[in-house]
Amino acid sequence: MFHPANSGIVEVMTLITTPDDDGQLIERLKAGDQAAYAEMVDAHAGRIYHLALRMVGDEAAAEDILQETFLNAFRAIQSFEGRAQLGTWLYRIASNMALMHLRKKQPVTFSLDAPAENTDGDDLPRQFFDFCCLPERDLLTDEARAELFAAVDDLPETLRVVFVLRDLEGLSTQETAEALDLSVPAVKTRLMRARLALRERLSAYFAHSTISAETGGALPGAVSPQPDARL
Amino acid sequence: MPDLHHPDEAHRSPDCRQMLSRLSDYVDGELDEALCRELELHMAGCENCRIVVDTLRMTVDLVHTAPAPDLPEEVRTRLYVSLRLDPYLKRK
Repeated sequence: MFHPANSGIVEVMTLITTPDDDGQLIERLKAGDQAAYAEMVDAHAGRIYHLALRMVGDEAAAEDILQETFLNAFRAIQSFEGRAQLGTWLYRIASNMALMHLRKKQPVTFSLDAPAENTDGDDLPRQFFDFCCLPERDLLTDEARAELFAAVDDLPETLRVVFVLRDLEGLSTQETAEALDLSVPAVKTRLMRARLALRERLSAYFAHSTISAETGGALPGAVSPQPDARL
Repeated sequence: MPDLHHPDEAHRSPDCRQMLSRLSDYVDGELDEALCRELELHMAGCENCRIVVDTLRMTVDLVHTAPAPDLPEEVRTRLYVSLRLDPYLKRK
């Protein structure tokens, strides 16, 4: 297998670490224990693959990013200091690689400075179905989650990348701004637009599924239908 | 949308569009206290804005709590092979 001693180190990897629950695993990884490497891969590969897929929108590229993420992690494990979760460290590597991929693929069109702050009315809420009061069994279905993540995939790239880093990977607004070379206000605006778009899609989904379930009855939890209502 | 502001507060409340620009910060708990109060005052009289805020928060919560999807089996296999960890492939 790839040995950590063989390689250069990705700079970002030295910045982060892990609490005690990862401690033993890290020790085994640093000792070159292959079973430990497999444990790390098992624990994080699914999330990393889907993070990459959400960012780049291409399965083959996401798979390359997945493989390169672990190869880079193996190379840099000796410098991993344990101040953040192992998973956080891996997701940061993966998102950096996904950003590099996007910039390489679209050096001109993937301008993170591209205007995405235009609020010409397209973002104004039109759906006012109050799905907050739906029971958990309706909110947390596989189909609802699939709809949510399909909506993420449908976001314009400039919004999707911000949303993935901020809300899926958990970076702070400042970290997201630094990763994307954007201003903090630009990140906030894009995040808001992304969230509003997802909210709109989920509202329509839950309104429709509730109507279907109740076969034309009054919408539980909904305000009076206002099809033309806008903020 | 209908203007449901309380008459006494109408002149102080931000309008719905202004409120929209502050939603993310509010949901993230990053909005300063005075603006929070202003926004909450507005929501108290504006049902649609209250719904937008609550459902936006719920949307973000659903994203944060979604379990990690499984890795497709063929992707997992190729990953293990590329990392030379294939002896551990049968563990799942």
